[in-house]
Amino acid sequence: MMQELSMNILDVAENSVRAGATLVEIRVDESPSKDLLSVVITDNGCGMTEEQVKNVTDPFFTTRTTRKVGLGVPFFKLAAELTGGKLEIRSTVGKGTVVTADFVRSSIDRMPLGDINETICTLVQCNPQIDFLYTRRFENEELTLDTREFRRILGGIELSDPKVSQFIREFLAENTGELLSGHDA
Amino acid sequence: MKSLAELQALRDEMKDKIGVRRDGEYRMRIVVGMATCGIAAGARPVLAACVREVETRKLTDVIVAQTGCIGICQFEPVVEIFDADGTKTTYVHMTPEKVPKIFAQHVVNGSPVAEYTIGASAN
Repeated sequence: MMQELSMNILDVAENSVRAGATLVEIRVDESPSKDLLSVVITDNGCGMTEEQVKNVTDPFFTTRTTRKVGLGVPFFKLAAELTGGKLEIRSTVGKGTVVTADFVRSSIDRMPLGDINETICTLVQCNPQIDFLYTRRFENEELTLDTREFRRILGGIELSDPKVSQFIREFLAENTGELLSGHDA
Repeated sequence: MKSLAELQALRDEMKDKIGVRRDGEYRMRIVVGMATCGIAAGARPVLAACVREVETRKLTDVIVAQTGCIGICQFEPVVEIFDADGTKTTYVHMTPEKVPKIFAQHVVNGSPVAEYTIGASAN
């Protein structure tokens, strides 16, 4: 098992990368008033057949050839269900996949979200050819990071340029602090 | 607070320094395993440490990338370094603390850190 939800999110987003996605959307929605923490990972990759969707939560099912187990999705499902939540996957071949995990926020078995900013930075840094739309919502306020917007502003400068990745780290840190300030996170 | 306006300012600052795009022309590729096993074993901070080394040393001819399952899950976190001539060095049981030494000795000076490699690890 992972220690933080942000590691599960990194793990599942890697599946989207492997599926050949050009756009990966990651949405983290926290609502203390609804006692809900919801994560949605959407991609426009190759998608899965109905059969694959049924099997992907089986730890002994995987499409990779180096090992016989695929634990990422089963771990994520387990993490959600331990809190009394659930995991749902919708997918269409040739169009993409949506993974939605709902967690009961106040559950004592709900893993901390952890360093989600580092997850986003890692994804953006290592996949400069993919666009990411990251949205973090807390009750009624949200912050967004859209690499398409960043690319438009940066022109020819790569997202993986050290100065840019440093900017992205600081951008996320400051805006997240602002989002969560005054709330019991 | 960081905003898109500040990103624009950064762009203006960097505009004169855009180098030629160097896809495929990197002297060294530093590849961090990021499959479920890697992430669970602590690959994310290792990758962050590698990125930080590139930033602080201002290295422009190396690239930090990620990969999926390498097939040696019990050795994760794993970092593979590919030299320009294709030589591969596999570092295993990586931690963020081991990263600076690998950068100083191997990435900058070309001499692999034998004690961190898979060859040095008893199975």
